Amino acid sequence: MINITINGLAVSVENGSTILEAARFLGFPIPTLCHHEGLTPYGACRLCVVEIGEGPGARLVSSCTYPVEEGLKVRTASERVVRARRMIIELLLASCPQSKVIQDLASAHGVRTQRFKQEYEDCVLCGLCVRMCSEQMMAGAIGFRGRGEERSIGTPFDVQSEVCRFCGGCMHVCPACQLRCTYNQPEKAVCNACANLAPPCIEKEQYGDMMCYMNPCVACEIK
Amino acid sequence: MDTKGILEIIQRNGKNHAGIIAILEEIQEECSYLPEEALRLVARETGRSLADIYGVATFYKAFSLKPKGRHCISACLGTACHVRGAQKIVEEFSQELGIKPGETTPDNEITFETVNCLGACALGPIVVSDGHYFANVTARKVGEILRDTREGTFDSDVSQEAHPFLIEVSCPRCGRSLMDSGTSLHGHPSILITASMNGKTGWARIPSLYGHFSRTHEHDFPADTIIQLSCPHCASSFQDGSRCVDCGAPLATMRLADNSGVFRICTRTGCDGHLLDIGRAEL
Repeated sequence: MINITINGLAVSVENGSTILEAARFLGFPIPTLCHHEGLTPYGACRLCVVEIGEGPGARLVSSCTYPVEEGLKVRTASERVVRARRMIIELLLASCPQSKVIQDLASAHGVRTQRFKQEYEDCVLCGLCVRMCSEQMMAGAIGFRGRGEERSIGTPFDVQSEVCRFCGGCMHVCPACQLRCTYNQPEKAVCNACANLAPPCIEKEQYGDMMCYMNPCVACEIK
Repeated sequence: MDTKGILEIIQRNGKNHAGIIAILEEIQEECSYLPEEALRLVARETGRSLADIYGVATFYKAFSLKPKGRHCISACLGTACHVRGAQKIVEEFSQELGIKPGETTPDNEITFETVNCLGACALGPIVVSDGHYFANVTARKVGEILRDTREGTFDSDVSQEAHPFLIEVSCPRCGRSLMDSGTSLHGHPSILITASMNGKTGWARIPSLYGHFSRTHEHDFPADTIIQLSCPHCASSFQDGSRCVDCGAPLATMRLADNSGVFRICTRTGCDGHLLDIGRAEL
């Protein structure tokens, strides 16, 4: 067991756990976007930012990837943390304003506007789907491609992957999935799992008898 | 390149995570780009998902998934080159070739791309064509560079530059010339000597252009081994006890034909160590 202080409360937590796990275990809420139990921590969204250390040595770290260490002093909701978190939410809103998950986060943290150039991306590059595909589904059908501005998620060579089993796991975990589902244009879908998506509202002969995983039906909502 | 060659590359580099970049680098060297089939093969052989391999191949700018032309021209767009008008040169190339940066001409001859810095900012704007550097390029020089690239006439350019010069050597023992005008390298007579190792004896050839000391051998000697270099006329060894400053291997010493000094090269295969010692004619 390791002794740490979270928000002034001296506690001892299990060796090898992350700050996020420890805080959640003790009931301190930390918002996350790219974190998912059962998937390796990735530290992409930075929403789980916390402040560690004291005085001038204090710094912000992503709690989902930071393992607890003896004598660590953690603040999960200091002014600096809240400010950083709101900024991250603003940036997320700037790139992906249609996402219900991000809208809910913004609402919960009192972010009403964002001050950056508005874009309408369909991906925040959180990597949840990539990890889901390789770690839980053991498929590795999709991955990151390119770098910098051109970084994107998809299948190699943009063709339907041979190892994809259309499980829909990638869509299930996606925080921006409302757009990822390309509804009646399966050829534009990121892993072509959306070809599986046959909302009852679309003509049957186009998709045959494939099953829809979304509940409630997203395609119907877009319509 | 065939499947067998790629399998060999994979075998050579090992199947661990770190090997992937090395494997892709070697494939790119062989094929000039990364064909889809090769990536699929690498994924299958290394046991990693194709998505992983594709991610690595698209992450690094050194890798190209599209076939490149026979010639490759890169224009530097780094800060120093940019302020000296590199953008104009890029536009000029685009116009002359009719392609955008990053594309290849329809006849698959020339690939034109921009790079962010070549590390030779004082020479800017810089254009590199098939490994040949052009410094202080202006839009007017673009046509010339394109002509040189298409015709491959760089080698004769080298002798016009100030730095390289020709050397003529003879055997320090028998005094006979080692120059072979029958076979020229880089447009000049080559130096012909005898190379032997483990009982295998054959010729070795060196360009006489100072600065170009890539040695070619009749036999394939393994890399990193010391070979005996000797005179083809009197068969006396050139090794005289001096050591290479780069690797410590013995140096082979030849005399300059005008007796003004000596010329030494490293006897280790793969080492480019060489030395021109003018004013040391006593041998």
